Amino acid sequence: MGIGIDQDKCTGCGRCPAFCPFGCLEVVDGKAVIKEGCLVCGACREVCDFEAIVLQSEPSQGIPDLEKYSGVLVFAEQHQGKLRDCTLELLGAGRKLADQTRQELAAALIGSEVDMLCPPLFAHGADKVYLVQDEKLKFYHTDPYAASLGAVIVQQKPSIVLFGATTTGRDLAPRLAARLRTGLTADCTGLEIEEESGHLLQIRPAFGGNIMACIKCANVRPQMATVRPKVMKKTVPDLSRRGEIIKVEGKVNPKSIRTKVIQVIETMDQIVNLEEAEIVVSGGRGLGRAESFHLLEELAQALGGAVGASRAAVDAGWKPHSFQVGQTGKTVCPKLYIACGISGAIQHLVGIQTSDMIVAVNKDPEAPIFKVADFGIVGDLFQIIPELTRVVREFKGDNGSGGCER
Amino acid sequence: MQIIVCIKQVPDTAEMKKVQIHAERGTLVREGIPSILNPFDEYALEEAVRIKEKLGGKVTVLSMGPAQAEDALRKGLSMGADEAVLLCDRAFAGADTLATAYTLSAAIKKIGPFDLVLCGQQAIDGDTGQVGPSLAEHLHVPQVTYVDRIEVEGQNLKVRREVEGGYEELHCPLPALLTVVKGINEPRIPTFSCLAEALEREIPMWTAADLAARTDRIGLEGSPTWVVRIWTPEPRRNGQVIECPPAEAAQKLASFLRQKGILS
Repeated sequence: MGIGIDQDKCTGCGRCPAFCPFGCLEVVDGKAVIKEGCLVCGACREVCDFEAIVLQSEPSQGIPDLEKYSGVLVFAEQHQGKLRDCTLELLGAGRKLADQTRQELAAALIGSEVDMLCPPLFAHGADKVYLVQDEKLKFYHTDPYAASLGAVIVQQKPSIVLFGATTTGRDLAPRLAARLRTGLTADCTGLEIEEESGHLLQIRPAFGGNIMACIKCANVRPQMATVRPKVMKKTVPDLSRRGEIIKVEGKVNPKSIRTKVIQVIETMDQIVNLEEAEIVVSGGRGLGRAESFHLLEELAQALGGAVGASRAAVDAGWKPHSFQVGQTGKTVCPKLYIACGISGAIQHLVGIQTSDMIVAVNKDPEAPIFKVADFGIVGDLFQIIPELTRVVREFKGDNGSGGCER
Repeated sequence: MQIIVCIKQVPDTAEMKKVQIHAERGTLVREGIPSILNPFDEYALEEAVRIKEKLGGKVTVLSMGPAQAEDALRKGLSMGADEAVLLCDRAFAGADTLATAYTLSAAIKKIGPFDLVLCGQQAIDGDTGQVGPSLAEHLHVPQVTYVDRIEVEGQNLKVRREVEGGYEELHCPLPALLTVVKGINEPRIPTFSCLAEALEREIPMWTAADLAARTDRIGLEGSPTWVVRIWTPEPRRNGQVIECPPAEAAQKLASFLRQKGILS
């Protein structure tokens, strides 16, 4: 595997050097030259207006050699030195795919001082970890992460690459898929291997959850997918499992990092993030005013969950947009979703329908939310929710100081 | 500021309660489902027009789709965009996100130099959110996704991005591509005279030949992914609905949750 300059096509225009994330390109005597240290990340290829930069394993025409690609690679997303839950879920899903194809499962871990995260990756099923560490990789930035992961992919040639469908995964994966000119399927809720062909079948909801689609990327590798958080099952960690750590050397060229994080703002009013919560308590128009949300906050706290809001509640200004669940907000997939004073417009339902269990409290017995609820209570939420909070606290045996058991 | 806004006309999924799949072709029956401008794109359009109103410049609204996608572009014009371009060619049909991003990038190169490309965070039909970042790669510009605040500071942007559990503030040089979330603004409702004016406008239609696009990178041929099969998911079954005094209702729900292993 390598990368080369087509001497006939290169005009020495000087455009590509600025785009090399590792500072390994320069123009010498009117032609671009690739210097030592190139990680073959492929970032320069798209930049060339003359198509003079070629990945050398790339066949000039026809179907590429799919046989050269093997194994599953999981992007091990971490945030401030902690693995995201979805990373462990991806390892669970990736392990199954790897076992089924009798290939290996690897994780790509990118960050600054994150090597302590390798053992948990092995415990959850990874055979190998590709480790890219650099202080410039402390915060997620698209450019250096795409370059680092691109280098791992181009060198290792996995057949399948999985990302969590998080804000990071959904930022990084399409950028890289475009660079590698391969297919990417968004927000998958199912992954299977097609028996006869060995291709990855990627199952996902579309059209607001009204249909399911099975998508295939048969002629190009790697097959890439982002996977909806909380859908896949983690494996039971085996702390005795060991694996191989492969350090990917490469100094990130600071000039190639074009964006810069200047501040990270954690909104500390929630114990758990809406996207990662096992239990979500959401409020809608029926709450009547912003202050009523404290009832839901108390219940969420007692249950160890997070608070969400319907579009009506957000549009009324009772909660910021980041709380919105539904079509123009977030899709959640908790074990339990409690909808309080939410009528259940289709735009809301698309954001909650993959929840394991839906509970609805609404005073209108005709509210559409009852059609999808596993358990519905017709009545006044202002009386029912405090009662429920009390019952939960009693059951959990505390006095309201917070029932988060996680 | 030269700003390009990429938009998409989508079926109104709220009107899709009775989704039908064509028995023989296995494709979605779209007849009778109204088309709308993708809601997220309205926020991108509004933001572009606001930046132009503050700093001057031009907003071009761009879409790839069938001839009727003109309606979405006219809505963009009525909201304050200066120019509109429709990419319309049978050869574009069947494009996945990679082929779409390539096609849009070819059109943007034809439009000329730009400072900013804005997209909605995703379209409500495909829900992928992939075209924006893919387009940024094709245009070789930096990207920031899920943006809910934009400040222009000379040749730089200060933006805020919605992430899990909070926000990130970033600096980003121009030219750049941003995808925006709903919380960024409140889109204007165009006046009648703006709507009437937009209806009068001639909208140029560009084909694959106009873009000098590579035929192996557009439409079905340029798409590494394809849909094998679609089906309607099994609807959720509704469970029990009770109506009783609050304390009793709470007790019943609690024992239901206990039974299901959620309260333990």
